[in-house]
Amino acid sequence: MKLSDVVQIVNGTVLCGQENLEREVRLGFASDLMSDVLTLLADDILLITGLSNNQAIRTAEMSDILQILFVRNKRPTKTMLDLAHEHGITVITTPYSMFRSSGLLFKNGLDPVY
Amino acid sequence: MHVSYEVRAGDFSIAGKVSSTVKGILKQLNLTPAHVKRIIVALYEAEVNVVAHSFGGKIDCDIDSEQVVITVSDTGPGIADLELAMTEGWSTATAEVREMGFGAGMGLSNIRKNTDILKIDTGKDKPTIISMTFRLAEGAEHA
Repeated sequence: MKLSDVVQIVNGTVLCGQENLEREVRLGFASDLMSDVLTLLADDILLITGLSNNQAIRTAEMSDILQILFVRNKRPTKTMLDLAHEHGITVITTPYSMFRSSGLLFKNGLDPVY
Repeated sequence: MHVSYEVRAGDFSIAGKVSSTVKGILKQLNLTPAHVKRIIVALYEAEVNVVAHSFGGKIDCDIDSEQVVITVSDTGPGIADLELAMTEGWSTATAEVREMGFGAGMGLSNIRKNTDILKIDTGKDKPTIISMTFRLAEGAEHA
């Protein structure tokens, strides 16, 4: 699905990377544990997380993940958004929980990594 | 090509900066995306370990067309039981480290999975020196 579909499905707000909403994303991975994210080998992943700190952005950068969905209205800091922008990472936030976001995206065709 | 960087202990706001810089260098040297990912995942875990667990240290990278060797060394306090530390799920991380999304006891096993040769020299109240060798089957450009 396109990132614009993700935004619509989770009633999301784009905080960074508005220009990338036509980008396709194939897989979803939900975790607050960054070492778990670092084990992923696939590309085209949407990271769904409640961990709103610099390391979430850094982990995405190291894992070549180009889109992050922060759940439960987590608001990334300006430093985090600057870092995301520098690395071409689109940042979306949703009021929904990790469970609800993952369920809706899965139901609409976003595949799991495992 | 040799590059070296200092890593400060405890400062999570900049943890990952060295890994980010090295990633840029490896991409410029035209390593394959798969090689870059393996090397950077291992390096980032090691960098986070220095920030989270040590008194501070440094990262040295030696890159040539055959291999990348990265040595991550700190000034202590060392790992008392390395075998235990290598066990997935075992951790001594503080609450602060866990809040950063790490500290689940996966760091060293992530490093091991991504390296071709891993050497760890450590002990209680000693520095820890981790040497990671990554072989580049297809070769990178000469640095």
